[in-house]
Amino acid sequence: MSSNKVKKGGIVAGVVAALFVHLLSISAHANWNSPYPSEVVDEQVLYSSFSGRPKHLDPARSYSSNEYTFIGQIYEPPLQYHYLKRPYKLEPLVASAIPEAYYIDRDGERLADGAAVEDIAYSIYEVSIREGVRYQPHPAFARNDSGALRYVELTEDALSGVENLSDFPHNNSRLLTAEDYVYQIKRLAHPALHSPIFGLMTEHIVGLSDLREALKGAREKDSSGWLDLRKFPLEGVEVVDAHTYRIKIKGKYPQFLYWLAMPFFAPMPWEVDQFHAQPLLQERNITLDWYPVGTGPFMLTVNNPNRKMVLERNPNYHPDYYPVEGEAKDRLSGLLDDGGEQIPFLDRIEFSLEKETIPYWNKFLQGYYDSSGISSDSFDQAVQFSSSGEAELSREMEKRGMRLQTSVSTSIFYMGFNMADPVIGGSSERARKLRQAISIAVDYEEYISIFANGRGIPAQGPLPAGIFGHQDGGEGINSVVYQWQDGRARRRSLEEAKRLLAEAGYPKGRDRESGKPLTLYFDVTASGPDDKARMGWYRKQFEKIDLQLVIRNTDYNRFQDKMLNGNAQIYLWGWNADYPDPENFLFLLYGPNAKMGKNGENASNYDSADFNRLFERMKNMENSPERQQVIEQMTALLQEDAPWVWGFHPKNFGLYHAWYRNTKPNLMANNTLKYVRLNPVERARLRAEWNRPVLWPLWGGGLLLLLLIVPAWLGIRRKERSSLRTQEG
Amino acid sequence: MSELYAWLGGKPLFLWTDMLIWLLVAVIVLGVSYTRRRPHLLEPWHRVAKSRLAMGSLVVLLVYVVIGLLDSLHYRPALEQSDQSEEVHYAVEALTALDWMVGGLRESGEKSYSAPLATHLYVREMVGESGGEVRRDYPRLKSGGAHLQNPQQRAADLVENSIVGGAKGLLLWLGIALLLVLLLTRKRQQISPRRWVVEVARGETATPWRTILLVTAVVSLLLMAAIQVGVKYHILGTDKVGQDVFYQAVKSIRTGLVIGTLTTLIMLPFAILLGIMAGYFRGWIDDMIQYTYTTLNSIPGVLLIAAAILMIHVYIDTNAALFETTEERADLRLLFLCIILGVTSWTGLCRLLRGETLKLREMDYITAAHAFGVKNIRIIIRHILPNVMHVVLISVVLDFSGLVLAEAVLSYVGVGVDPTMYSWGNMINGARLEMAREPVVWWTLLASFLFMFTMVLAANLFSDVVREAFDPRVHKGE
Amino acid sequence: MLNYILRRILYAFPILVGVNLITFFLFFVVNTPDDMARMHLGMKHVTEEAIENWKQERGYDRPLLWNESASGSEKLTETLIISESLKLFRFDFGVADDGRNIGGDIKQRMGPSLAIAVPIFLIGLFTNITFAMLMVFFRATYLDLSGVVLTVVLMSISGLFYVIGGQFVVGKLMHLVPISGYEGGLGAFRFVILPVVIGVISGIGSGTRWYRTIFLEEMGKDYVRTARAKGLSEYRVLFHHVLRNAMIPILTGAVVVLPLLFMGSLITESFFGIPGLGSYTIEAINAQDFAIVRAMVFLGAVLYIIGLLLTDLSYTLVDPRVRLS
Repeated sequence: MSSNKVKKGGIVAGVVAALFVHLLSISAHANWNSPYPSEVVDEQVLYSSFSGRPKHLDPARSYSSNEYTFIGQIYEPPLQYHYLKRPYKLEPLVASAIPEAYYIDRDGERLADGAAVEDIAYSIYEVSIREGVRYQPHPAFARNDSGALRYVELTEDALSGVENLSDFPHNNSRLLTAEDYVYQIKRLAHPALHSPIFGLMTEHIVGLSDLREALKGAREKDSSGWLDLRKFPLEGVEVVDAHTYRIKIKGKYPQFLYWLAMPFFAPMPWEVDQFHAQPLLQERNITLDWYPVGTGPFMLTVNNPNRKMVLERNPNYHPDYYPVEGEAKDRLSGLLDDGGEQIPFLDRIEFSLEKETIPYWNKFLQGYYDSSGISSDSFDQAVQFSSSGEAELSREMEKRGMRLQTSVSTSIFYMGFNMADPVIGGSSERARKLRQAISIAVDYEEYISIFANGRGIPAQGPLPAGIFGHQDGGEGINSVVYQWQDGRARRRSLEEAKRLLAEAGYPKGRDRESGKPLTLYFDVTASGPDDKARMGWYRKQFEKIDLQLVIRNTDYNRFQDKMLNGNAQIYLWGWNADYPDPENFLFLLYGPNAKMGKNGENASNYDSADFNRLFERMKNMENSPERQQVIEQMTALLQEDAPWVWGFHPKNFGLYHAWYRNTKPNLMANNTLKYVRLNPVERARLRAEWNRPVLWPLWGGGLLLLLLIVPAWLGIRRKERSSLRTQEG
Repeated sequence: MSELYAWLGGKPLFLWTDMLIWLLVAVIVLGVSYTRRRPHLLEPWHRVAKSRLAMGSLVVLLVYVVIGLLDSLHYRPALEQSDQSEEVHYAVEALTALDWMVGGLRESGEKSYSAPLATHLYVREMVGESGGEVRRDYPRLKSGGAHLQNPQQRAADLVENSIVGGAKGLLLWLGIALLLVLLLTRKRQQISPRRWVVEVARGETATPWRTILLVTAVVSLLLMAAIQVGVKYHILGTDKVGQDVFYQAVKSIRTGLVIGTLTTLIMLPFAILLGIMAGYFRGWIDDMIQYTYTTLNSIPGVLLIAAAILMIHVYIDTNAALFETTEERADLRLLFLCIILGVTSWTGLCRLLRGETLKLREMDYITAAHAFGVKNIRIIIRHILPNVMHVVLISVVLDFSGLVLAEAVLSYVGVGVDPTMYSWGNMINGARLEMAREPVVWWTLLASFLFMFTMVLAANLFSDVVREAFDPRVHKGE
Repeated sequence: MLNYILRRILYAFPILVGVNLITFFLFFVVNTPDDMARMHLGMKHVTEEAIENWKQERGYDRPLLWNESASGSEKLTETLIISESLKLFRFDFGVADDGRNIGGDIKQRMGPSLAIAVPIFLIGLFTNITFAMLMVFFRATYLDLSGVVLTVVLMSISGLFYVIGGQFVVGKLMHLVPISGYEGGLGAFRFVILPVVIGVISGIGSGTRWYRTIFLEEMGKDYVRTARAKGLSEYRVLFHHVLRNAMIPILTGAVVVLPLLFMGSLITESFFGIPGLGSYTIEAINAQDFAIVRAMVFLGAVLYIIGLLLTDLSYTLVDPRVRLS
């Protein structure tokens, strides 16, 4: 019995000790529920989150916005978007000026500026970069006493105890050179890297596919070690001097400048590539795909994708200043208060892993995250609409000093028809009218109001607002689906849709000849809790005009297969702009880009000779009234053919706490964290105010437990006594 | 045939799980008639029938089962004809007998969330006023409380409706009770109806009729009141797209029942056959079977299920032509979920049966049968199988509630039933997001909790009694 | 003894081979490497060539079962099935779709999983036994009866409700603990306490009932009658004799789950954002990262087999009558 007691006593003591530790850790920081070890007031620390492990942090591979959140702050391409100016405008970042293209013909002769597109064989961009830009400290640059790289041929012994990059004792840096940019462009062709833009770039950069072949050959000989790309020439890209390099582009491609603002074209020092190519480091997950090295304002110091990522100020960051110019209203809203000051303001940015939106939102309300988007579920709490229909903060949020910022994103979510489908596709009158009828029936205004709380704008065509060629107001409406009435677009009536359907040969949703009801197939990848409701909604839309919709739900892989083979009929898809140019949207419907068989981005396999011709013309034009006219023609063609139900352009809503300054939605730039400024003292005060622990239920629960225990305890005592008595008796 | 369908207004749709469910019903009916003629098999059931707890839970379970069975009669309603000469066509959306009975619930959709018994939407919307001004306000519901001129009359209306509903429930109950009295007293001529009623009221009957009737009263009151109020209001509110949550919870019953019963039905043949073979033949057969179930057992169940569900996707997509309706696709996934759950859960029973058979095989009468040269097959069927049936029964009853609960977890992980299917798991999964809304949308969670909890609790209580009644260890001492 | 252990370990091998065959079938035959490549390479600008490249990088371009192009014994060995299986047996789990080494991640994520699972297991064991003892002590009184009813009620509630409710009340309304997240070292306490409490509560129903049955079974045995006859108090009989004897089935039953604690809890970890192996598995399922799922299946199987082995051993340790044959 005593041994039992001792055991129990031990456990009790353990629990008490643990509680004590808890109390200690509580006293170290004010709030019980703070997810961070301690409150920081003397440093500018931004708290943010990431929702899943970023897959790639290698600038040659990364191509999604959640990865750009990190590498945008670390890697610096030659150009960037101006933070405040709208429409979006490129400005030099590391480049000393925006490169001007000049054109040469087939014989290598330089052409005059106004040369006709047909004559242009190549465009030449000469990029010159600033001097004195240094990389962040990194072990790959460390050299030993004899001047050789310290960590190149690492052995298992040398690596004992090394788990992270920070475990290397020696760091160094070096100056940025033009060669680093060239090295990175070559990396796009590296066969092991699968750069997502390699295919696209071979169409533009001269010699890129030849380089790929050469690299492939070299790797077949020796696939293990590092491939020194400096030894392989790339015809279209050459180093002019230490601070200038030249890129040769096939034909005319004015959009290329936009690519120069993306991390794909950031510099990559060869030392770093060599360092990370060591197999022993790859085994330890110390790869270039995971440890970015750049010249940017921040560097990644804690890299634990299972928990936390931390960006810290790069001590070697080159002088960079907050913009002094912006839009007119920026001065009023205080966005220009910091004009001319040296950036970055933040010392550290802590990203915690937060996979689900609910805890994220709750922690944001508690003040533990500094900014938040608004999921549709928390919408009513945060936002209300004014009498004019403008979104504004709810009173509760306003009292907390939050700010709301909205912007229409440069993306589109649409419902596509597979133009290769025998029923719904094709250029026949019959199929077109069917598509038009469906376009009217699927009420995206309602969709936006139910599933997105009004955070979206019904699309009239492929181009969102803010992209050249987009038309506002009555001019821009899709007359197939809408009518312009009383100064706003009104969806055409279901009667019209039904009439179109009858004209298409399906009166009341039945095939006129066979009398069979028309059954359409909707190919989706639905698995989330919300999807059931969403699918039900789509089904209802088709029912409105007596069409039967069968939902074919599959996983992502099968869906991709179907799209590639052209077996899908109706599907959902979205596109997020790479750069603010209409070409980046209209190419989604360009015939030669078809998905089917070719795996292009034209998921609907739309192929109209007229449209293709106009597209080829439009793509090389500078923004001009002429270009506008061409785009209008293209849009009208698309609206009439209705290969997509145009869907909607989502609106982004961002909430910021009172202590968070200098925020302006910029959908193109991804290096915006350097402009952000915080007030940590205010933050600490508000956090404490919002997170007072509520203790009475604990006491109540304790009391209840006591009430349960006491009778039991008394019972034991009584029973024991009685048994003793019987023993004695 | 087609004329018959046209006259009925629908064409039956035979889903796999429907057929299996009805097969199960047939098996149970056969089993009951078999048992009735054998007093030694009937004896433990008598013990069950004497338990108040068991009979009370049984009534609740029966209500669930009836709803589930009604929901297992699928048909495709005929589409409206534009003229008589045309051939009749049927919708791709399948309905069930239950839908037909509670049609009002299904069709009374709102636009979005509304609270239980509300008359207004739970979220504000742009409301256009006559003056052309737009305001954001809570609009009236399309069907919930739509019959009220003034929403303030709601409380009185609710009370009135529940009283009317309750009265109907009382009538229903009286009918049932009367039927019972007639049936039971006619069977046993020696007892007068009056005397029987008195005995029941005092709780003196062997079978706890008092409890049964009490539970029936509660259930029928609730049921009729719910129906009465439910056609005019949304008893448990509506979900994000305005569908009645009460309807969803009721429709989910079938999914829960299918998973709880078909899974065991599917695994039983394997478990029994292999378990007895392993215990009876021993040697290398035993080794093989033990090897099989240890291997299967050592794979974490959720992962095996996840992999198998992905496999089904492949099958369904490569054979898309086989499935005319969404229900058929969802149904196949449900069936495979049952199969794979069966694969992961037969091993426990198999091991139990093996152990039991090992013991039985050493019994004198079996050794004697051996000595007389009776064939193995015969020994197994005649002597071993009947003597291990109690193990099977206990395990089936015990597994049921666990499987219903497992469905919810699997749906959360994303490898449960099809997302387009009504199930408590899917409801809970969706409710997770709603709990973060402000103000909180709590009714979906509550509805799934209530329905699931009631069924699992009833099943647990019932299985407890069954286990005690059948477990030989419990009765040796008595 | 050593001989016996060795034999058991050898016996585990065919089981692992079986597990491996099943997973290979599910993960390579059903979802071909083409599917994985497409899944992995993402949405934008994916070419056939990129897919081929990806497969080649991973060695997934070899045939599944039989390599016609190779010569001699390589026809058999230069195939996916052989090479992939051998890697697993060397505990070389390869890389995940995002290029990270799975073995490294598993090692890193084991800690948080254990930080949740071990306290739940120990505290749960202690609480359940205590409750069960109390119920047995008061058997056939209102306390026992209400205890039984309570356990059935607790058992009938889906675990999801405990988690959703607990997080909502304690985290959101009461501000007592962080809503989700994790931190290494002692700081973990604040993050772990709520999941542990919820884990223990959700286990009370079935656990207590189970132990109660065991205790009641022990109570019916002869030695208890003897002890009572000797005039020992009920209290002494229960805590001294019954508990000690019941510990044998309890502990041997607990041993089999011990190694599986490493696998973590799927639901709790993903709800509370704990970076353990449970949430790793769920993420992998959702992202269809088959390399990770395969690794976890194999790991789970190995741990289960270790559990079986430990159970056998613990039988012999606590009960000398069981001979190792």
